[in-house]
Amino acid sequence: MFRNQYDTDVTTWSPAGRLFQVEYAMEAVKQGSAAIGLRSKTHIVLGCVNKANSELSSHQKKIFKVDDHIGVAIAGLTADGRVLSRYMRNECINYSFTYESPLPVGRLVVQLADKAQVCTQRSWKRPYGVGLLVAGLDESGAHLYYNCPSGNYFEYQAFAIGSRSQAAKTYLERRFESFTDASRDDLVKDALMAIRETLQGETLKSSVCTIAVVGVGEPFHILDQATVQQMIDAFEIVGEQEGPAAAGQEASAEPEPEQGGAAAGEGVAPMDI
Amino acid sequence: MEQQIKSQNRSCTEAILARYGKAPFFFFFLLRKLKIQICGIKSFASQIAVLIFLLGRPLVLITMPKQQANWSPYDNNGGSCVAIAGADYCVIAADTRMSTGYNILTRDYSKICKLANKCVMASSGFQADVKALQKHLAARHLIYQHQHNKQMSCPAMAQLLSNTLYYKRFFPYYSFNVLGGLDNEGKGCVFTYDAVGSYEKVGYSSQGSGSTLIMPFLDNQLKSPSPLLLPVQDAVTPLAEAEAVDLVKTVFASASERDIYTGDKLEIVVINADGINREYMDLRKD
Repeated sequence: MFRNQYDTDVTTWSPAGRLFQVEYAMEAVKQGSAAIGLRSKTHIVLGCVNKANSELSSHQKKIFKVDDHIGVAIAGLTADGRVLSRYMRNECINYSFTYESPLPVGRLVVQLADKAQVCTQRSWKRPYGVGLLVAGLDESGAHLYYNCPSGNYFEYQAFAIGSRSQAAKTYLERRFESFTDASRDDLVKDALMAIRETLQGETLKSSVCTIAVVGVGEPFHILDQATVQQMIDAFEIVGEQEGPAAAGQEASAEPEPEQGGAAAGEGVAPMDI
Repeated sequence: MEQQIKSQNRSCTEAILARYGKAPFFFFFLLRKLKIQICGIKSFASQIAVLIFLLGRPLVLITMPKQQANWSPYDNNGGSCVAIAGADYCVIAADTRMSTGYNILTRDYSKICKLANKCVMASSGFQADVKALQKHLAARHLIYQHQHNKQMSCPAMAQLLSNTLYYKRFFPYYSFNVLGGLDNEGKGCVFTYDAVGSYEKVGYSSQGSGSTLIMPFLDNQLKSPSPLLLPVQDAVTPLAEAEAVDLVKTVFASASERDIYTGDKLEIVVINADGINREYMDLRKD
């Protein structure tokens, strides 16, 4: 979108009925590194690509534990995301202090959305520049929500946000019907595959991505690098053998053959169909 | 409807009679005798009402004796707590009787609460305040874990508890606490508190209704020479874990004999490097 005379203030409407500042905030989300989420009936898996400023620095934290039953992955301005996850943690603590039970995810998401909306209607504020994938488990089951800077929220079976997320989305669209009844491990494998899509040629290593799981009987936790690397190794080999029959990737635009696993490591392009 | 409303309206006379009794009327009759009329008002009671409005407080002081509050926000649910620190363990124990006045509310109420991985608190006093205090500390611990990515150590929790108690210095938590656990090096530590947060790290302590009976015995068995004497000795007891647990059982059995608020069952929690272990022992039920 181009600059125009209606985009200076968040409180200025354009003649077409758009708030450009809010839309620019959504652009900020698209610039952040990818985050994906998918759920089954009993588990939700969040994954994100770790982007480090330079070789020397550590990568930014993009997945936050909000409570034992809720976690969030962010894309966009991570500072905004950090502040919002602190807000969410507080809300969860206050709720369980008052009601001695965990905060239902749907409520939290609405509170977040209302908080975001406030920033779209005050001249002295700016919209939060972060998209949140909220994964939570409550009495009504497993939920995955996406919160926009605009104050909207949607529930998803699986979703991806951030840069190059379209590749992951396409993969997820192809596979999402199998998620509902998938086992926890299959879900994590699907998450890793989706992350691989966004990497577009880079090798998938556990240092490049972060995975977190929450499910029935399993409080929210981030998987440690060793476990993730094991899972990568496990399916990577399978992926190569299966070749084109494996989960699809959208046509073309795929520069190179996929990263090599342990074995072959050259030429095989399992994602080409 | 109208009739209902009518009956709810009291006349001026009735209102004054109800609140102040007959005294104002006598005063008024006196004024009448002396032919003093207040503010040109004809009605008896309205004149009194004006007088009361003007004289207000002095009138109350003359007509009504000072009353003490007959409702207290506190109650004492009794019970005793003990904690003993060892070289690599900590024993925290409390009875499970909850009482009010001379009655027993329940024989099976736990006064012990796990605040962090290696930190346990036992509190006697007013259990409603104790419960609120425990919830407050649990919430603060959650926040700490989110921010620091680790559990709170026992000394840190001790300071937090002290600050929390002093925060309510002018409407205190009626809660007498002992905090026990392992410090960062794995050594046992016990902290003892008063109701407003004054605390001290000690080798052993007891609080609650039986503490006057228990503490002297613990002093006899466990007291180490003053830290001012050389060579410096550890505050923690050299006793083995099993011996400390036995000592606690003895101490509570004795306290149950003479303290009516202590008895029913004893809950013993032992923290050591392997984790937290809980056991129970029956006490006298009378």
